[in-house]
Amino acid sequence: MSINRRQFLKIAGISTMLGIGSTAIVSGLRKGDLEASQFEVSPGALTAKRWGFVVDMSKFKSGEDIKRVIDSCHSIHNVPDYGNPKDEIKWIWKDDYEHVFPNQENEYATAELKEKPFMVFCNHCAQPACVRVCPTKATFKRQDGIVMMDMHRCIGCRFCMAACPFGARSFNFRDPRGTDENGRPFIKKENPEFPTRTKGVVEKCTGCYERLAKGLKPACVEASNGGIVFGDLEDPHSEVRKLIAKHYTIRRKPELGTQPSIYYIIGGNENA
Amino acid sequence: MYNAGKILIGLIIFFGLATFPFFYNMGKAIAKPEPKVDTPEIMKLAKQDRKCVESKEFMRAEHMQLLNEWRDSVVRSNTRVYVNAEGKKFDMSLQNTCMRCHSNKKKFCDECHNYMAVKPYCWDCHIAPKEKES
Repeated sequence: MSINRRQFLKIAGISTMLGIGSTAIVSGLRKGDLEASQFEVSPGALTAKRWGFVVDMSKFKSGEDIKRVIDSCHSIHNVPDYGNPKDEIKWIWKDDYEHVFPNQENEYATAELKEKPFMVFCNHCAQPACVRVCPTKATFKRQDGIVMMDMHRCIGCRFCMAACPFGARSFNFRDPRGTDENGRPFIKKENPEFPTRTKGVVEKCTGCYERLAKGLKPACVEASNGGIVFGDLEDPHSEVRKLIAKHYTIRRKPELGTQPSIYYIIGGNENA
Repeated sequence: MYNAGKILIGLIIFFGLATFPFFYNMGKAIAKPEPKVDTPEIMKLAKQDRKCVESKEFMRAEHMQLLNEWRDSVVRSNTRVYVNAEGKKFDMSLQNTCMRCHSNKKKFCDECHNYMAVKPYCWDCHIAPKEKES
């Protein structure tokens, strides 16, 4: 038996209709599906087009000032302290001028500046290298400019650590919930409102996304006594933009084109 | 058939070993899990407020999908408020919303998960509420 072209097209058409129709019926009968309209943005959350920081180094006189800021962050985010620099996890950390700004070629920069401890954390770059290399999109850029990590997706490949030119990322070589040989827990006191991480994921500063959602500024900004100013870089009337306009500021490795969002005021107040 | 005796003995031993778990557990029933919702936090609430974010039947069948949707919504879209079927709003957070009422993880989560032999990795990172050892 053979069918002609017309008959074939009829059968094909009818079976396609039946196929589409039946999937519609099946999906229509399924109940209890969640809909996107059931999710809302938290009221009172801080929003911006591109969050940025201005760090005024004149407010950080000594390592103590920086340590206070580091502790304020690490304690609320359950950042473990493994007690050795090889395994170190750092969201905010302290480093020397020559390592923070290796391309500053001013040989006559003051000794005071060159010997000052600098405070560094994730730059939340506008063109983040870490986001480009992440194979699972565990690291991604939010609409407000925060470079965020989805720990549920991180597979621990450490491409982002290789890509980040600022060393802002740390890998959990050990279990952050464990203890050292003396039984001292790596996380001194757990904050029960925030998760820890697990062995085998990369972590970094997340711009205090959980505080922004509650309408609070990042913890480091609060603990810095005005040393770190937080605001919208895209808004010309914001405090950060006014500071950047008024003072001489530098950024870390701007020549790499990642457009870091942390501006350092290094010159003191008189030399605008 | 060559070596019929050896093969038959081998088959019988294999059959015995393979079916041993079934014969061993025959007639024994493992206690059905009964997740408890009588935590002090829930008992403190007024009667009409003792409701989960969705109906009991929905939560029983779909809590894993709900949690996945919550996770993606909060982490990736930064939408943190959940509006349930009755129009009530909740902060989407496992640690700060779910476990604030269900403070008995061992009785509420683990009992069923162990029975079903599922191992969700929630608690690798999320901090479970402190429970008294019982």
